[in-house]
Amino acid sequence: MSKLSTREKLAILADAAKYDASCASSGAAGRNSLKTKGIGSTEGSGICHSYAPDGRCISLLKILLTNFCIYDCAYCVNRSSSNVKRARFTVEEVVNLTLDFYKRNYIEGLFLSSGVIRSPDETMAEMVEIARRLRIDHAYQGYIHLKTIPEASDDLVEQAGLYADRLSINVELPTDAGVHQLAPQKKPETIRVSMARLRSRIEERSEPTMRTKKRARFVPGGQSTQMIVGADATTDADILSTSARLYAGYRLRRVYYSAFSPIPDSSAVLPLVKPPLMREHRLYQADWLMRFYGFERQEITAGRADGMLDLEVDPKLAWALANRHVFPLDVNRAPRELLLRVPGLGAKVVDRMLAVRRHQRLRIEDLGRLCASIAKVRPFIVADGWSPRSLLDEENLRARLTPPARQLSLF
Amino acid sequence: MRFTVTLSGETDFNGWREAARALALNDVKAGDIGWRTGEDQDLFANPTPLPAAPEGATMNVPRAFIDKAQAVICHSDPHRFALLYRLLLAMRKTPHLMKIASDPDVMALRDLEKSVRRDIHKMRAFVRFVRVSDGSHERFVAWFEPDHYIVEGNAPFFVRRFAGMHWTILTPHRSVQWNGERLSFGEGATKADAPKEDASDALWKTYFANIFNPARLKVKAMEAEMPKKYWRNLPEASLIPDLIKGAESAARDMLERMPTMPAPHHAKIQERLWSAPPEAPPDDAKSLGELRRQAEGCRRCPLWQDATQTVFGEGPESARIVFVGEQPGDQEDIAGKPFVGPAGKVFDEVIEEAGIERQKLYVTNAVKHFKFEPRGKRRIHQKPNAGEVKACRWWLDQELGFIKPDLVVAMGATAAQSLLGKAVPITRMRGTIVTRDDGLRVFLTIHPSFILRIPEAAEAQAERERFLADMQQVKELAG
Repeated sequence: MSKLSTREKLAILADAAKYDASCASSGAAGRNSLKTKGIGSTEGSGICHSYAPDGRCISLLKILLTNFCIYDCAYCVNRSSSNVKRARFTVEEVVNLTLDFYKRNYIEGLFLSSGVIRSPDETMAEMVEIARRLRIDHAYQGYIHLKTIPEASDDLVEQAGLYADRLSINVELPTDAGVHQLAPQKKPETIRVSMARLRSRIEERSEPTMRTKKRARFVPGGQSTQMIVGADATTDADILSTSARLYAGYRLRRVYYSAFSPIPDSSAVLPLVKPPLMREHRLYQADWLMRFYGFERQEITAGRADGMLDLEVDPKLAWALANRHVFPLDVNRAPRELLLRVPGLGAKVVDRMLAVRRHQRLRIEDLGRLCASIAKVRPFIVADGWSPRSLLDEENLRARLTPPARQLSLF
Repeated sequence: MRFTVTLSGETDFNGWREAARALALNDVKAGDIGWRTGEDQDLFANPTPLPAAPEGATMNVPRAFIDKAQAVICHSDPHRFALLYRLLLAMRKTPHLMKIASDPDVMALRDLEKSVRRDIHKMRAFVRFVRVSDGSHERFVAWFEPDHYIVEGNAPFFVRRFAGMHWTILTPHRSVQWNGERLSFGEGATKADAPKEDASDALWKTYFANIFNPARLKVKAMEAEMPKKYWRNLPEASLIPDLIKGAESAARDMLERMPTMPAPHHAKIQERLWSAPPEAPPDDAKSLGELRRQAEGCRRCPLWQDATQTVFGEGPESARIVFVGEQPGDQEDIAGKPFVGPAGKVFDEVIEEAGIERQKLYVTNAVKHFKFEPRGKRRIHQKPNAGEVKACRWWLDQELGFIKPDLVVAMGATAAQSLLGKAVPITRMRGTIVTRDDGLRVFLTIHPSFILRIPEAAEAQAERERFLADMQQVKELAG
């Protein structure tokens, strides 16, 4: 193999990394370069420095250390049987690329993942070394997200946690059966235990130490995971119940859903289809309802016998249409947890309504000014100057609130 | 009387505050004030002296207003001063006005603030530094076109982030420079004053083109977050039209291409690493250690699906007493060890008081996987049902078979049911021994988590005493 330039490697190893959905650079501890006179800062919420025409934000330099891999996961562009071009960065190349990009304000930091070469520990050790050089040798204070290799030794994960803002371990697919079928060499049990260990390590470190009363800095951005949606036959109900289990069990900051997407040189096992982008979007909405709107997983998926989310309307509207007996709600009296269930009312708007309510009654005009779109809200509420009367019972309510079918801009 | 106030610059918040305070205390109507900035070229406007504040008059405004006003003063809308003044006047009558999010002026304020904050955010995102090297010294220069007067306000962010660099950001209205020690502000500039291209741009463009997934084209989503007005100063934006044009055929190409033969190195990897079938534990366990390994892959009931791992018993095979609990909890499931959570702590404390050494005990559970219901960030314990208890007896029986203890302590109803094969009223029978048909003596007591669930402190303490008495009895029974 002829020697590849850094640029050629970057082309291969960015292409190889793009199927990882996570790009978040938030949740890091506050940090800056004022004292170190190096570069870099993290201030809570991350910044998206660019957007690709796929609508995804580019916040981090998201690359693989190498796309050589001993695993043969059917859905993955880097599986060992794939004929894609292979490349491998040196530790130095990744460090320099990160610093060069950061200094030009192209990025918030580095998201480093890797195919597994030879042994999990050898690969993980190189990733940790990159993080160490950035943090220690270059006094770099920007964001670092490392994708942990589940089989890597405890000691390496421990070191990774000292340098990284976030660690993640992909569960790959929503069910164990899916993993066995499509990623036969991966062990869901090992992945679960790795996430469990990471949780307990993060919790241990967040206890103030006896001597200094200071908390050690250990993965301040917590852990996250990703699962591929649409590569196997798992229903949305099962996907969301896996998510609920992961959030509760391992205290994950985020579960990412990645619509299975065509890859160059696909496997014969998985016939390629257009990525189910709307399904992915609905899953994120449902995930949000579980985490911030007080919905239970079962409520969200109870509406349909096939266990799938409605693709035409968002999950909150779908729930409201199926539970019309709860409505209309009086916006001047209903408690917060119920107002959060009104289609079209977000958490911010609800909090503003509650603040106004303490001083004066809410009229329908007030709501018109507070909500982005009042049309969706109206059938479900009573306000001064407004009652939906029989609107709620109308047969065609769903049709009226369903946005006209739009040509999806996929192809 | 009409007043004309001249502020020293577009972002002169202090000047506005001084003037607004004096005018509002005199109840001057908003319509009677003309607001100008020193940079306006209005020769006909003569500044009017401000009225003196009435004696003893005070004005209090909520912090929320000050915060918003400081942001909104940076907006480019010339009406912002008047809007802020209107709100200030209105707050004299309605002190809680800022809470009325539906008030038209409060909304207008929020919209302006949002626009300024967005501009600040986008500047942090889209400034692109170009490296300029004069000999040994490197500097970084950027050209940016903000919508509002945000350069001064935003400069500290760039200092915090790029403290170790020497940099300059040029904008049409102001420029800012950091020399590693000090910030300085200067006049506006033009794009021609900024260096053109950076050597790293080629790498960055390579990254941009390759991180894009043509199968997920969503141009509107991109433009919503990265409006076209920014594109002319973003090196990567020149690639966008071609990426969009080529996306459809690139995606179709991936879909239509037939799967190829596996890569040449694939067979070698398969042979070297994955050809040996995974080593399965023997069907018939010859020791407690083998039994433990078998149990790791237990599928005798569906509880494994949601749990992290099998939590097997722990302790020496030579143990004379075996303690049996109900099932692992959240902490045990994470750690893979029995009795390490809150109930385990109570257990440890009490047996220590009773003089029993945990190291000499074998501690296990009737059910080896954690049964729970996820609720937000917690997992709520659920009682295992009779079928699950029965399925898991397979393991408990074998554990007891290897250890052959003198005494088994059943803690709680589930353990008793598993050990005795039938439901037992624990509260009535605690402290007693039931001898099984096979001669094994089973001592009955409560589960230590029962103590933790008693809300009333005195009652919980009394229950703990009873549990301690039970443990003391166990100590005696074991000799």
